[in-house]
Amino acid sequence: MSVLLAIGTRKGLWLATSSDDRASWEVTGPHHPMTEVYAVGIDTRRATPRLLAGVTSEHFGPSVATSDDLGATWAEPGHAPIAFPADTGESLARAWQLVPGPVSEPDVVYAGTEPSALFRSTDGGRTYELVRGLWDHPHREHWTPGGGGKAIHTVLPHPTDPGRVTVAMSTGGVYRTEDGGETWAARNTGIKAVHVPDPYPEYGQCVHKVARHPAEPDRLFAQVHHGVYRSDDAGDTWQSIADGLPSDFGFPIVVHPDRPEVIYTFPLVADAMRFPPEGRCRVYRSEDAGKSWEALGPGLPDGYWAGVMRDAMCTDDADPAGVYFGSRTGDVYASRDDGDSWQLVAAHLPDVLSVRAARV
Amino acid sequence: MRITVLLPGTLREKAGGEAKLDVEVAEPATLGGLLDALAERYPALERRLRDEQAGLRRYVNFYVDGEECRHRGGTGTVLREDAEVQIIPSVAGG
Repeated sequence: MSVLLAIGTRKGLWLATSSDDRASWEVTGPHHPMTEVYAVGIDTRRATPRLLAGVTSEHFGPSVATSDDLGATWAEPGHAPIAFPADTGESLARAWQLVPGPVSEPDVVYAGTEPSALFRSTDGGRTYELVRGLWDHPHREHWTPGGGGKAIHTVLPHPTDPGRVTVAMSTGGVYRTEDGGETWAARNTGIKAVHVPDPYPEYGQCVHKVARHPAEPDRLFAQVHHGVYRSDDAGDTWQSIADGLPSDFGFPIVVHPDRPEVIYTFPLVADAMRFPPEGRCRVYRSEDAGKSWEALGPGLPDGYWAGVMRDAMCTDDADPAGVYFGSRTGDVYASRDDGDSWQLVAAHLPDVLSVRAARV
Repeated sequence: MRITVLLPGTLREKAGGEAKLDVEVAEPATLGGLLDALAERYPALERRLRDEQAGLRRYVNFYVDGEECRHRGGTGTVLREDAEVQIIPSVAGG
């Protein structure tokens, strides 16, 4: 069994491969040097896995590259893979998400973009079309940029119902469609907004990341700008699960691939102090869907002052499962025992923006 | 009319490895018309120069006969017969 870990950074993509059950890693890169790789995906629905990378050159703009040979060679369409239609008057800044659709639609891939929009591909992620229903939503003009920009950075296709997709953004909150993207409704009841006068608005929350387990598709977990939440009704209502964490601030949240009750996040001190508490690099794990939390330390350093961004934590689909994160100081750590212990996969890379891992 | 385009090294692979392109542009020729012609012939090159709303990318500069085009009307800059358009990325980023 080989496991591939794709590491998107501010200056290119690195690929780490382990063929000895993640005991050691061979790292190659930079692929796509001097591009920001906010979005990376590994589409394992195909006989040969397809890598998807959202690559943005500061000079020459954004693109999406795909590889069907695990990164040895890459392809890009001649015309822009993601482009806003002329009548929108907008231009793509970057793709923040490239997410394979449900298993029943093997050629569907979604892209979440900056400015905030959802695009849908029906050719496996090579070219995309704007999902008009969300673009035409009356709330859109009120969505505002968060610190990272105005982007849809979470896309969660329902695992079995192709008509249902959930998206999230900073700042705008969580939205869900049940009719294949025609209509969308805000799903933020119970999520507190700390940056506007109304603490519980219908929309406008700064949601950093939403995660779900495919076997429990109506249960969602969210890391918010000061808040950690669970929903048991597909986002209709949310309850805080921040008790037991050293801080309710952070960016990533992920669910264990085999155990839907197990979740991971990486707390930072606060909005204005984006450091790990006391400079100790720690992943926090809950084994009871957020009722209680524990800090995971073995293998992780102290005296560490780098954060972990919203897409820089992931799991793989191996058995037993692996957990991964990358930091803004370019370190990538992996665990192959549910987070009990950690090892360094790569160090001294550019700041890590995204990680994704899968058996290949 | 014929316009000569000089490409930076980082973009040559998008034009079949060529450093210098001869492009036929309908008269009266402008920089925008030249880029429209490039989009027909080398779409993967042209989308590095303009976004999907035909806006010039911020950190790509177009020198028309030695003068940066933003001072001469941007994409409306008029090109003479046998004009030389040199594309040079800005000094930017870290």
